[in-house]
Amino acid sequence: MSQGDITFAGPPGARAAATLGLLRSELGLTFRRLRTLVLLGVLAAVPVLIGVVVRIETGDGSPAGGPGAAGGGGPAFMAQISNNGLFLVFTALAATLPFFLPLTVGVVAGDAVAGEASAGTLRYLLVAPVGRTRLLLVKYASTLAFCLAATLTVAVSGLVTGALLFPAGELTTISGTTIEYSEGLWRALLIALAVAASLAGFAALGLFVSTLTNSGIAAMAGAVGLLVTVQILNTIPQLDAVHPYLFSYHWLSFADLMREPVLWDNLYANLRLQGFYALLFGSAAWARFAGRDISA
Amino acid sequence: MDDAAVETRGLTKRFRGGQLAVDHLDLAVPAGAVFGFLGPNGSGKTTTIRMLMGLIEPTSGTAHVLGRRMPRAARTVLPHVGALIEGPAPYGFRTGRDNLLRYDAADPTADPRTRAARVDAALERVGLGAAAGKKAKAYSLGMKQRLGLAAALLRPRRLLVLDEPTNGLDPQGMREIRALIRELAQDGSTVFLSSHLLDEIEQVCTHAAVMARGRLVVQGPVAELAARAQGRIAVTTPDPGDAARVLKEYGVTDLTVAEDRVTGEPPPGDRDPAELTAALVHAGVRVRAFGLERGTLEDAFVALTGEGFDVTG
Repeated sequence: MSQGDITFAGPPGARAAATLGLLRSELGLTFRRLRTLVLLGVLAAVPVLIGVVVRIETGDGSPAGGPGAAGGGGPAFMAQISNNGLFLVFTALAATLPFFLPLTVGVVAGDAVAGEASAGTLRYLLVAPVGRTRLLLVKYASTLAFCLAATLTVAVSGLVTGALLFPAGELTTISGTTIEYSEGLWRALLIALAVAASLAGFAALGLFVSTLTNSGIAAMAGAVGLLVTVQILNTIPQLDAVHPYLFSYHWLSFADLMREPVLWDNLYANLRLQGFYALLFGSAAWARFAGRDISA
Repeated sequence: MDDAAVETRGLTKRFRGGQLAVDHLDLAVPAGAVFGFLGPNGSGKTTTIRMLMGLIEPTSGTAHVLGRRMPRAARTVLPHVGALIEGPAPYGFRTGRDNLLRYDAADPTADPRTRAARVDAALERVGLGAAAGKKAKAYSLGMKQRLGLAAALLRPRRLLVLDEPTNGLDPQGMREIRALIRELAQDGSTVFLSSHLLDEIEQVCTHAAVMARGRLVVQGPVAELAARAQGRIAVTTPDPGDAARVLKEYGVTDLTVAEDRVTGEPPPGDRDPAELTAALVHAGVRVRAFGLERGTLEDAFVALTGEGFDVTG
């Protein structure tokens, strides 16, 4: 048996197809897991909870949250829910974006590599051989898919609950103009996409944390701990100079999609910031993972 | 290099804590061999295997697998290698079949069109066909071990690296897996088998290497290794006391007497054992049986490492 006949099998393009196959396997692993479904279920419950509370509060015809609501007591758009159910989508996203949504992303991203390491499956993937860069890319892609799924879960749950509990029809934008319900639906979709994209930077950070340890639990706790820390730093006015560099700085920019005309500046700034984080921590994750000894 | 499925030169791994796990290892696994890799726990076997599979980077020295340098050539070499490393690791919440589908999808050179058929064939081959639809967390250790083997057999492999493949199996399962290993070797695969069971190595392997404390103690064909262990002279007699005295006079050392059996190391030099029988009879010792017991690999191991096999260094 000669040793010279090791060749790379397959026609050009086969590798790309194989990576799609791996991505499908990865998505199956993420979304057919009970833990993921529970997280999504909890997220879906949030708009229902908000909707029911607002419905009970406004049963007597007064605006949501009582007299003080217009002053901004609850999450953004809260006061408009009783006028138009579609606002429940925006309220629910505004309520879950600071902690709840990224928390679920932290769990999924933190577990991505460290979970495979602690289960021992990582070594078998690597000798398959999956390729370390390829595995990392697929893990990030599936984490982004989870970001999208989590956001859409909140949005769809908000849409359905809003439609059942509150009137539909024309909406009043933040700018005071009126748009059609169909236009509002379109904006809701754009907002969901903007929120999902807002999570891309934190997802990369979580993935990086996941390459640092062989314990899935430790990585999840680390990612969530970072999230909490950043969100606390965000509330300290003395740290104003630092705030623009935190991944959550532009998170609430999605509200600008409810202006007429839409104010794109902050939305673009958010995308740039998320892209920067994804590149920075994606590279860090790769640098860490590509040369690391896998002893688990 | 052409005839070696695995070859290492001065392979060394020092962990960050300063612990020297593998120390200048020169290993040569001939292509087509069933190579037994022996050593007590903590002797550096698993670290060596991890370096061969590109999971950890050597501190110094080189490792060639199927003629290519690892870990650099992992992408081209590993599709030809099936591996079971430090026990099986299935996704517990997925079925046995799903596990194999995933591991196969991880290999970018595996053909997705034949995936399902290859997965089913691998499951049948290790006797897991009936349990393929069960979640892996419900598997016994032996079944998980079989699932790990099935993952190594998803494609025809030129090299199989099997770390303790019969661990957790009952005697019947062990026999099946050993038969499977022989079958795979007959099909032309080189098998690199790490084990702490000496009789397993003797039964299955053509070649063996022994490691102790990170260093290679010896390697070569199993028959040669076993021959290096000295046989013992054994006499069965109703007069054990007289027999022991006579044998001692003739230079037999390390004598032990157990009821009617006397055993000892043969005298140095090429003395014909027949002289001993003559001497025993001449001295009036009644002999029921006289024999030279063949050395086992275990004797060789103890002689070479100076320690019992399960002692951790």
